[in-house]
Amino acid sequence: MLERTSFREGLRYRGGSSMWAWMLHRITGLGVLLFLSIHILETFTLSFGPDFYNNTMELYNTIFFRVAEIGLLFAVLYHAINGIRITIQDFWPALWRYERALVWAGFVILIFVFIPLAVWGLLPVFRGEL
Amino acid sequence: MRVRFDIKRYDPEKDEAPYFQNYEVELGETDRVLDGLNEIRWRQDGTLTFRRSCEHGICGSDAMRINGRNRLACKTLIREVGRRVRIEPLLGFPVVRDLVVDQQRFFQDYRSVLPFLVNDDPPPPRERLQSPEARRRFDDTTKCILCAACTTACPSAWGNDSFLGPAAIVQAHRFIFDTRDHATVERLARLAGRCGVWACRTAYNCTMACPREIQVTRAIAEVKRAALLGGP
Repeated sequence: MLERTSFREGLRYRGGSSMWAWMLHRITGLGVLLFLSIHILETFTLSFGPDFYNNTMELYNTIFFRVAEIGLLFAVLYHAINGIRITIQDFWPALWRYERALVWAGFVILIFVFIPLAVWGLLPVFRGEL
Repeated sequence: MRVRFDIKRYDPEKDEAPYFQNYEVELGETDRVLDGLNEIRWRQDGTLTFRRSCEHGICGSDAMRINGRNRLACKTLIREVGRRVRIEPLLGFPVVRDLVVDQQRFFQDYRSVLPFLVNDDPPPPRERLQSPEARRRFDDTTKCILCAACTTACPSAWGNDSFLGPAAIVQAHRFIFDTRDHATVERLARLAGRCGVWACRTAYNCTMACPREIQVTRAIAEVKRAALLGGP
């Protein structure tokens, strides 16, 4: 119904925690989509023979890709947890009063799941194996 | 105290691009932002253009972005915003001049949800009675003054120019949940599409922007439910 507003103008609007949660939801969604395209490309290299594929897969055993995988883990977890939060709020409209608390609750759950998994995933980096 | 106003100005007939102009005004902390704007217009710069009518938070004319957030200038006290006030027009509307925006499409969308009682039954001898409980069901959404603060604060509306926006949904809510109304099917047909309630991403900017403290996101969620279940 409105004219399109530029991303910059939108960022300048002082919205609440849910607006930032929504923005991060979009960014992580795009991040997961980016991974999906890389994943399809990487699987596609199999059609050039096993050696080509194996060499491509070796790329994942570098520090850069390992850290990027932790980023992917964050994106998937955040997108899932925040998505569930929004679904809950849409089905129980009376929860609007606890909007801020629910955003933070989502972050607390995220941290508890993400940190141990991230540390575990980065162990080879800490040990200098990559 | 001296309050500095940074106001975004733009006259499409003269200016190439919008620019900020500063004014200093002597105001008390219980004065309103609108008092500052009036002071500027009356005594410093008669070319500053903005809308205001009732000046008491009922007509909804003076919604604008005050320090980055949509509010009514007549309901915002200086002590809430401090000594520096940044004022910009509502986002997403074409600027007619300075803070005056063209709300044509806003009202078009408002009309498209049939914002009036539809009931073709022969009128009863006195009035169409309703229980207090049934009336309470939509009490919150009767408070809307159509100031457009919610719709222009909505990130979904910024990015999706065919989204109806929160204000139109609030108006639809007011009639969908009214037991005397018979046009729920027609309204939901308009609202259940991709440009209706499902474009809402539950970001709550509308609820925070509403100067009448309507629980806008809640009303939208209730309409979502009605759209899902086929009725209120």
